[in-house]
Amino acid sequence: MSADTNAVSLKFGVVVFPGSNCEQDVVHALHLLGHEANYVWHQDTELACYDAIVLPGGFSYGDYLRCGAVARFSPVMESVIAYANAGRPVIGICNGFQILTEAKLLAGALLQNRNLKFICEPASLIVEKSVCKWLDPKLAGSVLEVPINHNEGNYFCDAKTLAELKENGQIVLRYRQAANGSLDNIAGICNRGGNVFGLMPHPERVCDFATGSTDGRAFFSYIFRYILEIASNTKNNLNKNGSLNSDDLNSDDNNIIGNVEVAQ
Amino acid sequence: MKNYKIYVTAKEGIFNPAGATAATALGQLGYDGVNNVRVGKFIELQTKDDVQRQTVTEMCEKLLANPVIEDFRIEEE
Repeated sequence: MSADTNAVSLKFGVVVFPGSNCEQDVVHALHLLGHEANYVWHQDTELACYDAIVLPGGFSYGDYLRCGAVARFSPVMESVIAYANAGRPVIGICNGFQILTEAKLLAGALLQNRNLKFICEPASLIVEKSVCKWLDPKLAGSVLEVPINHNEGNYFCDAKTLAELKENGQIVLRYRQAANGSLDNIAGICNRGGNVFGLMPHPERVCDFATGSTDGRAFFSYIFRYILEIASNTKNNLNKNGSLNSDDLNSDDNNIIGNVEVAQ
Repeated sequence: MKNYKIYVTAKEGIFNPAGATAATALGQLGYDGVNNVRVGKFIELQTKDDVQRQTVTEMCEKLLANPVIEDFRIEEE
């Protein structure tokens, strides 16, 4: 099987918590798209060598207490928070999205589905016009078919937060038809900077032709532009000032330029 | 040793599907006087004597409850 030809091959870190179960699907999808992907055990804290971080789906810590509540305190999460706050790209899928809200990297919370049922079915997602760096802005208004597979996907936030999400273009995906009781049919949101993106649907499951659709590829094949952009900004700042200053995106590490490989 | 009892409930205004389902079921059983049911969590903590209520509040805010969607109430025995 030949890999999709990408302009740029990235190195992804895929975090594995006890109870994660979609990490292999994510790595398979990333390999298909020509990217490199390594598993990052939740006890590890070294993320600087990755171009982007994925928190995959699953049932971390058995979903005990609340989904993602315990995983949020895994050692790796302090590094993920620093990485995200430095402006670098993080995507959380399903349980990963729940963990990002528990870690307060994304606003709101995921409640139990309104019908009290575990939902596993295809979903039509409307791509909203947003500041999200993970999706091509040209996709705004289009519909992607991506499956959902969750018990707690019912997005909730207070009215003030919802108004801010709308105002700042942080709502990235909506279900075309009500799926789980989510406020405003929200399926995915990002942070203000657009670098941290959380969604309940599973794009990694629709990247391989063998699964009948490749709509999921859109979620992993655009972020390189942002990575190149921050790499080039860092380089420019280095050239201008001779050294990084504390305002730079990645003041915690100097490693960002090294990872991006431009293919022929 | 101290015993703390912690009650975690959905915040006011947040739809509680488990409670709503239980309310419907109670109605079907003929208990037509039930106006509202809210299903939450009950957590018991056994702690050393020097663990103060304020520390338990911190535990709730950080981990045991999610202030975005849940309220909590602590009782000390």
